[in-house]
Amino acid sequence: MILWRRELSLAWAGGGGPLLACGFFLCLTVLVPLAAGNDPAALRPLAGGIAWVALAVSSILSLERLFERDFEDGTLDLLALGPAPLELTVIAKAKAQWLAVGWPLALTAPVAAITLGLPPSLAPLTFLAALIGGLGFALTGALGAAMALGSKRGGLLIAVVVLPLFIPPVVFGAGALERAANGLSPAPALAFLVAYVLFAGVITPFAGAAAIRNAQG
Amino acid sequence: MGIESGSQLAVWPMIAVQALTLSRGERVLFRDLSFSAGSGEVLALTGANGAGKTSLLRALAGFLRPDAGTIAFADVEADEARTKHLHWLGHLDGLKGAGRARDELTFQARWFGADADGIAAAIDVLALEPLLDLEVRKLSAGQRRRLAFARLIAVQRPIWLLDEPLSPLDARWRAGLGVLMKAHVDRGGTIIAAVHDPLPLPARTLDIGAGR
Repeated sequence: MILWRRELSLAWAGGGGPLLACGFFLCLTVLVPLAAGNDPAALRPLAGGIAWVALAVSSILSLERLFERDFEDGTLDLLALGPAPLELTVIAKAKAQWLAVGWPLALTAPVAAITLGLPPSLAPLTFLAALIGGLGFALTGALGAAMALGSKRGGLLIAVVVLPLFIPPVVFGAGALERAANGLSPAPALAFLVAYVLFAGVITPFAGAAAIRNAQG
Repeated sequence: MGIESGSQLAVWPMIAVQALTLSRGERVLFRDLSFSAGSGEVLALTGANGAGKTSLLRALAGFLRPDAGTIAFADVEADEARTKHLHWLGHLDGLKGAGRARDELTFQARWFGADADGIAAAIDVLALEPLLDLEVRKLSAGQRRRLAFARLIAVQRPIWLLDEPLSPLDARWRAGLGVLMKAHVDRGGTIIAAVHDPLPLPARTLDIGAGR
């Protein structure tokens, strides 16, 4: 809890990383119609997919901050010697990342999707799916950030490691919106999205803690 | 700056190192190093730059895996000893430059289980009150070291692993931290410190480079 509160405060300190992520998200959303032409009829079928790709890319922005600074200034050494297992520390940081970045991005997602032509009635579903997917992004992103610790150009490495792992939530999230837009139930796609989050929730703490221990050595 | 001797520490694990071999990359730092340090003892690790003093401390703290040999904490399991009975003060102090000194100290001390009284005592003993509202980046190296040292006072843990703990301090605070270290070992604690200059308290010396 102490660590979680600190992570939230650090995420918002020094320029507001979450706002930066939201701004980046909206910029990507604006760029696509400019590049692909602004025909609403052409954009509408792609709106969900474009919004989810932009969401995934925006989620990567602040991942480097998650462990790298703590690694460089010695905080990770202290966290490893505290009473909480390193696995819980990884989970606490991922959860804080979700609250600090995932929630604002989920709130921005409906705006982006509607701008691209998604029916406004799907705004609540867009928010819900982005919120669930955001937790998956935070968990998988934490794993990528831990694996990139200590490497040169860690930010780039995180993107290379994490983006392929983001493919399933992007497919399931965009699929949920597409199904709903076509009058079908989004539940199956959302169920897959939840399954992805659960899988990441099991893998990330152990793999992330192992990566941190490896970097400390 | 007075400090009471306080109560004896509840646990006194003996650190026993047997036939330790440690390398960094391709370079072997030392082979077959054996020593022990017990309750009430100060062990000063000496040696030239690059001899492996910091690496030995990191191995004791569990951050580095030795190539061979064992590190035992009496009858306490190693992970438990490290997460419940050990304080680490390295070159990197874990303080965020943009954070206020008060917040940084509070987080570090509470992470290790300090209560408000413990934090207040550490602030008092290390004369940190005038610094608490400053950003850490505005502190001098010596002030920053005192701030980092405060968690060792705020939370009682018997084993202190210190990497050149006094190097950035002026003469007054070298003596001051010497008093605090002496009080710790008088209570039954153990200190293992990597140093270049002699500590201001009685200490057994282990030359890391000598056994290479």
